[in-house]
Amino acid sequence: AEVEETLKRIQAHKGVIGTIVVNAEGIPIRTTLDNSTTVQYAGLLHQLTMKARSTVRDIDPQNDLTFLRIRSKKHEIMVAPDKEYLLIVIQNPCE
Amino acid sequence: MSNTEQNSSKNILGICPLCTLAWFYRYTRGLNTVNFIHSDTKFSHTKSADCYFVNAREETNKCHPEIFPLVFTEKTQEIFNCRINEDITEEKPYKLLKKEDIIQDMKTRAAVSDFHPVKKIVLDYPGEELLVVLDTEFKYGQNFYLVATEEAKESFLNPPEAVEEEEETKEGTPEEYVYKPPVRKPWVSLGSEKEIEEESVTESLRKMKYMISRVRREFGSKVKFTDRNASSVKDGYIDCTSYQDKNFIIKKLEKDVGAQVVPKVREMSTQTKWTYPRNAATQYFPRVFSDEEKEMHLSSDDLKEFIISVVLRVEIALQQNEIMNAFFDDWKALAEDESAFGGKSDAYLKEYQSFTDLHYLKHRTVSCVCWHPTIYGIIAVSVTERLSHEERISQSGKLLLQKSPILFWSFSDPIHPQLMLECPEDIYCFEFCPSDPNIIAGGCINGQVVLWDISEYEEKLQNAKTGAGGSKNTTPTFIQAQQSGKEPHFVRYCAVSSIEYGHKTVITDIHWLPDFFEVNRMGITFENRAGVCVQLVTCSPDCSILFWDLRALKTPLQNSAEKVKEEKVIEAPPDVPTTFKHLDLSWRPLIKVLYIMYRHADFSQPFKINLAYLVETPILQTKYRHILTKAFAINISHSSPTCIYLISLASQDGEMIYSDWKMERESDSGRLISQKPANKYIIHDGIVHTVQRSPFFKDIILSIGGWNFAIWKEGVTSGPILQSCCSSKRYTVGHWSLSRAGVFFVGREDGNIDIWDLLEKTHEPSQTQNISISMITCIKPWIVSSKQHFLAISDDFGTLHILEISWALSHPSSNERASVLHYFEREIKHLDYFEQRQEFRAKERKELELETQRKKTKSREQMEEEMNMNYVDFLDVEKKILTELGLLKGTDRFA
Repeated sequence: AEVEETLKRIQAHKGVIGTIVVNAEGIPIRTTLDNSTTVQYAGLLHQLTMKARSTVRDIDPQNDLTFLRIRSKKHEIMVAPDKEYLLIVIQNPCE
Repeated sequence: MSNTEQNSSKNILGICPLCTLAWFYRYTRGLNTVNFIHSDTKFSHTKSADCYFVNAREETNKCHPEIFPLVFTEKTQEIFNCRINEDITEEKPYKLLKKEDIIQDMKTRAAVSDFHPVKKIVLDYPGEELLVVLDTEFKYGQNFYLVATEEAKESFLNPPEAVEEEEETKEGTPEEYVYKPPVRKPWVSLGSEKEIEEESVTESLRKMKYMISRVRREFGSKVKFTDRNASSVKDGYIDCTSYQDKNFIIKKLEKDVGAQVVPKVREMSTQTKWTYPRNAATQYFPRVFSDEEKEMHLSSDDLKEFIISVVLRVEIALQQNEIMNAFFDDWKALAEDESAFGGKSDAYLKEYQSFTDLHYLKHRTVSCVCWHPTIYGIIAVSVTERLSHEERISQSGKLLLQKSPILFWSFSDPIHPQLMLECPEDIYCFEFCPSDPNIIAGGCINGQVVLWDISEYEEKLQNAKTGAGGSKNTTPTFIQAQQSGKEPHFVRYCAVSSIEYGHKTVITDIHWLPDFFEVNRMGITFENRAGVCVQLVTCSPDCSILFWDLRALKTPLQNSAEKVKEEKVIEAPPDVPTTFKHLDLSWRPLIKVLYIMYRHADFSQPFKINLAYLVETPILQTKYRHILTKAFAINISHSSPTCIYLISLASQDGEMIYSDWKMERESDSGRLISQKPANKYIIHDGIVHTVQRSPFFKDIILSIGGWNFAIWKEGVTSGPILQSCCSSKRYTVGHWSLSRAGVFFVGREDGNIDIWDLLEKTHEPSQTQNISISMITCIKPWIVSSKQHFLAISDDFGTLHILEISWALSHPSSNERASVLHYFEREIKHLDYFEQRQEFRAKERKELELETQRKKTKSREQMEEEMNMNYVDFLDVEKKILTELGLLKGTDRFA
């Protein structure tokens, strides 16, 4: 449906390696990568996002985490958190 | 009072023990009392024999109960004639007043009377007259005082012995005091004089009087100082010499004393919980949703909203990454470019070493140069006779005796070669086996393939740096005894291929297949499990390419019988390694691929092949209708070995061929035939001797031949990407640089090296350097370390020059590869554009032709009409212009 189309659109961006949709508990709902990688990414990034969100809110309770980008040597991991879900996109930036 | 004044000058005896406040100077003894007379306060304590009075101030009344201070007003003073300073003076402060008068006064003035307070005292007074004393100093608080007792009165009036006034009484409390003058008693000494004498301070010494006089004129005169030696006069100084004080000479005796430290011994115990390591394991698996749950989630509205809200952010982030790399370090990149720019002027080749040998290299030329793949500083050179074909034939007898060797040079010894490989014939090309550097394969002038095994000498080569002399680790054998001192070791070949089955003419190029490829008899490529190089490819001008396998072939029985027979007959000379014994003289190629020239009847000379990938070919006799070119520079890429690939070949006549070797089954005969070559180009004017793949780009090929070179890209069929203009001298050999993507070296027949840098200049070489006098025959670069890049250049005289490539030439700038790639792409686009333009131009030309055709077919009248029309038009235009210019007015017209 719409969800599918949007996810496909994101996946079609230049350099995108994979997309994962994770629920609030860290269980992947939809993914374009293989199972073991997905599970690993989902578990680790879920914890990191929770930590980041709690950090932001500790500093200022009115604030909230909107986006988390982790850039590594090989690629960039982008996490968009929400109340109930998490969208993880892994992209290989230009070059 | 005169008494007090007198009293103050008497000697002091001590502190008054009663009040401890003042000194007393005398004491008188009274009846049962001792009276201490103060020296300054003019009063006396009275002490009873038994007790002391504590504080004179408090007990003033008791001390002096007979004195009562009184205030005499002026009225009273008048009445009693005791006006101050008139009747009573300090000289004589007494006044005797009659008792009756006082009583009378008291009666008359009652409370007002001054005597009222002492009324009782007065009434009780035994005597007739009372003594009133002026108290000028207000000792008792008032200006007068009444002495209440007879004795005190007497003591006052009579020559005073020890009459002292009392101290002030308590303030504000005047008390009646009846003065009793003391009664004189004889002194009774109780032995206290002794004490007093002891206590008293008297001068015991008689004071001496000195009178010192001096002459007056010497007062205030200058002082004259003189020196005097202390030792000149006896006793002028006193010396305190040190001496050993006997008190401190105590010899310490050493004693042996034993001491033992004994700890207090206690018994204690604790109990701990013993933890011991245990094996424990946890096994977990991630939670996953089942498919239905996933479906449910996917279709929920929450997810939809989430995605919609989040997508925007994600897309922005993705775009940001696509646009630019935010973490690119511009500063660093800038620095690299700077250094590269400045260093371009230093691009040169520095002569590092050159090798030549007079004995073996006379009249010989170098045909091929190869670096040892693993050992540093070892380079091998194959030499051949420098003769033309006719001369070779005429001297063939002599040549058989003088065999040209392959020489191994080491950097440590430029004069004497380290090793010498024996060759059956002149070797035109050879190569080290990549997986085992001790195996060398070479191609001979007669079409044989030769194998050497130098495993024994590997150690020697490695220790070549230690010096040319002293090879003590060799076993004394016949051959090696021959070589003493500086003779290089002579290694015999261990296998040659069979003459019937090998090439028919000179092998011009030989290559080892990489260790992940293998070709079997059917020509199918598959992965080489062994990991070592086992196969060779050779090509020669007899239009064949042969694949050779090093392992013992599974030949049919008869062949093996032949082999066995052969083995019996021929005894291998000693010292030849038996590595390839099974191949010796019976070695047959695995696959033979033939090429026939295109459109020509005769067989042309193949020259160089650039084998891109491996090839599927069947064995033997497949006739291609294409030119076979000679030596190939195989650069086998890392693609999967089961694909079908293309090759590009170059021929002796300067033709470049790019074809597909895929075998197809011909429909009618069932034979496998390859396709025709896809493209054929004639670019070069002479023999194409170098066809080389770039080490950086898998599809860029450099071909050098005749007087120019060309750069090709696979897949681009319109022509070479870059074609150089003809140079003045023939190019003889070329090689890509191993470290820089856009640099290659070209050798010329005049002994110069042209260094071409595609990023700098493409119309001429960026640098030219002269290496030797004669023609350059081979160029091989080699990277030893990041700082040392060598270039081995061999010339026609047999000398091998080793040059060091300078930093600028060997180190690429940061984005050189990308720039070169970019350049090639641009050139390709240019080619495309050129083609398009050509088409366009062709079209244009056609149209033009049509036009002209049309014009010719028009009739003459029509042409005249047209001309008239044109003329009329022209006149109109002229009129308009002149009108505009203002040169023409109205209808005027120049004729």
